[in-house]
Amino acid sequence: MIALSDYLLLGALLFAIAVAGIFLNRKNVIILLMCIEIMLLAVNTNFIAFAHYFNNLSGQIFVFFILTVAAAEAAIGLAILVVLFRNRHTINVDDLDMLKG
Amino acid sequence: MENIYLTIVLAPLLGAIVAGFWGAKIGRAGAHWVTSSGVGIACALSLWVLSRFIWHDLPAFNDTIYIWMVADGIQFEIGFLVDRLTVLMMATVTFVSLMVHIYTIGYMADDEHNWPHGSLAGKNSYQRFFSYISLFTFSMLMLVMSNNFIQLFFGWEAVGLVSYLLIGFWATRESAVFANLKAFLVNRVGDFGFILGIAAIGMYFNSMDYAEVFAKAPEFANTEIAVFGGVSLMTLICILLFIGAMGKSAQVPLHVWLPDSMEGPTPISALIHAATMVTAGIFMVARMSPLYELSTTALSFVLLIGAITAFFMGLIGLVQNDIKRVVAYSTLSQLGYMVAALGASAYAAGIFHLMTHAFFKALLFLAAGSVIIAMHHDQDIRNMGGLRRYMPITWITALVGSLALIAFPGFSGFFSKDAIIEAVGHADVFGAGFAWLLLTIGAFITALYSFRMYFLVFHGKPRMDEHTQHHLHETPWVVTVPLLALAIPSIFIGWYAVEPLLVNNWFGNAIVVAHEHDTLHHLANHWHGQVAFIQHGMHGLPFWLAMSGLILATIIWWGWHKVNPAIDGQLQQKAGPLARVLDNKYGFDDFNQRVFAAGGRRIGQVFWNTGDQKIIDDTIVNGSARAVSWTAEWMRWLQSGLLYHYAIAMIVGLVGLLTVYVAF
Amino acid sequence: MGFEKLLFYIFAAVTLFAASMVITRRNPVLSALYLVMAFVSSAALWLLLEAEFLGIVLILVYVGAVMVLFLFVVMMLNIDVATLRARFIHYLPLGLIVAGIMVFDMFLVLGPADFGLDQFAKPQSQPADYNNTAALGQILYTTYLYQFEIAAVILLVAIVAAIRLTLRHRPETKYQDPSNQVRVRKGSDRVRLITMPAEPVPPSLTATLGATHTEMTE
Repeated sequence: MIALSDYLLLGALLFAIAVAGIFLNRKNVIILLMCIEIMLLAVNTNFIAFAHYFNNLSGQIFVFFILTVAAAEAAIGLAILVVLFRNRHTINVDDLDMLKG
Repeated sequence: MENIYLTIVLAPLLGAIVAGFWGAKIGRAGAHWVTSSGVGIACALSLWVLSRFIWHDLPAFNDTIYIWMVADGIQFEIGFLVDRLTVLMMATVTFVSLMVHIYTIGYMADDEHNWPHGSLAGKNSYQRFFSYISLFTFSMLMLVMSNNFIQLFFGWEAVGLVSYLLIGFWATRESAVFANLKAFLVNRVGDFGFILGIAAIGMYFNSMDYAEVFAKAPEFANTEIAVFGGVSLMTLICILLFIGAMGKSAQVPLHVWLPDSMEGPTPISALIHAATMVTAGIFMVARMSPLYELSTTALSFVLLIGAITAFFMGLIGLVQNDIKRVVAYSTLSQLGYMVAALGASAYAAGIFHLMTHAFFKALLFLAAGSVIIAMHHDQDIRNMGGLRRYMPITWITALVGSLALIAFPGFSGFFSKDAIIEAVGHADVFGAGFAWLLLTIGAFITALYSFRMYFLVFHGKPRMDEHTQHHLHETPWVVTVPLLALAIPSIFIGWYAVEPLLVNNWFGNAIVVAHEHDTLHHLANHWHGQVAFIQHGMHGLPFWLAMSGLILATIIWWGWHKVNPAIDGQLQQKAGPLARVLDNKYGFDDFNQRVFAAGGRRIGQVFWNTGDQKIIDDTIVNGSARAVSWTAEWMRWLQSGLLYHYAIAMIVGLVGLLTVYVAF
Repeated sequence: MGFEKLLFYIFAAVTLFAASMVITRRNPVLSALYLVMAFVSSAALWLLLEAEFLGIVLILVYVGAVMVLFLFVVMMLNIDVATLRARFIHYLPLGLIVAGIMVFDMFLVLGPADFGLDQFAKPQSQPADYNNTAALGQILYTTYLYQFEIAAVILLVAIVAAIRLTLRHRPETKYQDPSNQVRVRKGSDRVRLITMPAEPVPPSLTATLGATHTEMTE
């Protein structure tokens, strides 16, 4: 029998891997975006697991919306990335230090 | 009457304002007219009020003119208390002031020579001087006519301020600036005690009004307060107030400013440092007699300080060569007599001496000033001599002043000084015998230095240079008239005033004397008229000492001096160490310079170095800037502008918080 | 039920492996492909959780659209991988520590103690005729209608935003602007007569024409 906690811990591990990925690939915006996708995947997994074990479809509705928003986010994020690359000829986060006074 | 009193006070103020602010516009004549007439009005009205008090038995006036603040139940007000004590002071102050005003017209006539050429401060200095002395008259009147401690303090500080302005009047002279600063600082020391005394009164009596405080005073006669391990409240208040008087009336050890204040023009030496301002302390103690009578300790303190000042300051007068300084030291000495009288509870005698002294000391100063004018501002008595042939009026009046000063029988000083010595002789507070001894010998010293100066200045061979001698002549009438006008009361005022003031208790309840302290009643009990008093005085030790002083002075500086003109210097050389001690003024100045001035500087240095530079500048001011800089330097690292740094910080923070909530 | 458990472990392992590969690969293309792998195995897990519609959507939308977009962008941009990988390891310890703590925290909260089988029993499987899509649609178009429409608008906005961001106006490109053309009015807009001074004779010409003409030009 697969327990709810199994799925939740899977989500937790996925999330932690994504966090580690952010630390690791801090300079590469594309991989950062991928890490965010992994995080969202972890969250979605949790939602679906809860929906299943609570026998309540609302969790799946949440995932539905999250997928929607994530798709939009990915589209805009990549668009920004393209514009960024076009303007600065790099996607190295180290070079994006214009916030520095 | 209120309007009259207001006029008396405000007329000099008006004159001072007009001459001070519009001096350039109204010109020199305008300035001396407006101020002199202001003081003249005040003088005339004061004399009229005095006459009303004498012959019409006018009741004392005590009322509030204006309340300007009420704080915590204490009223701060302007009010007048005019009783017999006040009115006598008013008359003395305004009269001497008027004489000085007139005299100043002559003395300051060529004041522009005292300023560097083209000096801005020298512009309109004549008008400014008149403005100052008028302002001084106003301040002194406010002081004596006050009916509360706040106004007293106002007048007290105001005369101090004007004194400062006048001593340093010739502001381009370094010595004058030094002297006025010294006067101001020394007076601050006294005023500190004074204001502490007033504060103590405010604290315990919850009132600033004389009448209320005096009425309540007996309730506190036995109150002890817990400072210095328990002191009687009245003793503390009285001594604190007297410290103020010591500053203002130049008593040892706060006397050091007065001789130096001779840097000011002579008229103000006469007005402020002989006749009126320095008497503020005497007046104040007499006014506070209901308080002083409650503390035998304070009276004893007053008596000893007075006697010490009277004797030791007189001694210094012997070795001075500056004509004004000789007079200044005699002033110190005479103030000591007055203070001693106060300490012996003979307030009336003190005030009496104050009055007679005001006349003859102003006279002596003005005579000295007259000599100085004639000598073209040379003040060294070693360069004078034989002036009586050139300046007869000055000579005669100076002789009168000197005789009055040494208490020659019949002159005004005789009555007052004899009464004081008599009163101190009858006093039985602690130290009275010692004080009496000092005062009695003081009579001898007084005669000695007075006539030393007199003979050196007016007799003997002229010792000035050819040029000066050629121009020697009697001073103009504006100078001599005040001399004559002051000489008359210097001779006669004692004769007429002694009986009412000392015998018939003219002051009434303006002065309170406890029965057991009443040292003047001996005098009153044995009163058989002025002639008898003179005769009685002539059997006393003080008289013989004074006469022997006079004779000794005559022998040395008149007789011997003819034979050997260098005798004065030789005598001083013979006296050796004693003369040196006197010449150093007992080292008070050195002591102050080394201990207070240098110590103050050292403490200031320490505070500057550690307190200001290290703590405030370095640690607080620069330190805070440095701290900000350091913090910012450190924070700048946080503010890398790199997004992933922020993201990482966010994640770490989030995980940290999560851990805190979950694990703990 | 043993088989289901086996499937779970297999797909869970594949997901975690793929995710780890995503974050460690040097080449973004590989990362993207591993991400596809993670998505696919996740979709399988979702199917285990009887979320058939979402599992399919995940593959269709994510793998089919989003990941293609990713790959497209990665390949379109000329990425200098070497500098991006510089000091790659630098933050690894910190990342691992943070990740470890995070897992530990989540284990405390979400672990078997609170969410084990005892607390949440495995629900009964849906009957064979159960249509997850229909059930989802049922509440999506009723209860969550407005949210659904908002989601649609968000997607529209995302389309517009992405196009607007990446649209490039090249100044050298010449193109017609029909609206401007239409707006032209008769009169001054069509023909404009301008006055101008006569052109001076070019020097080359004057040289050939001789000295008399130079005076004229002056």
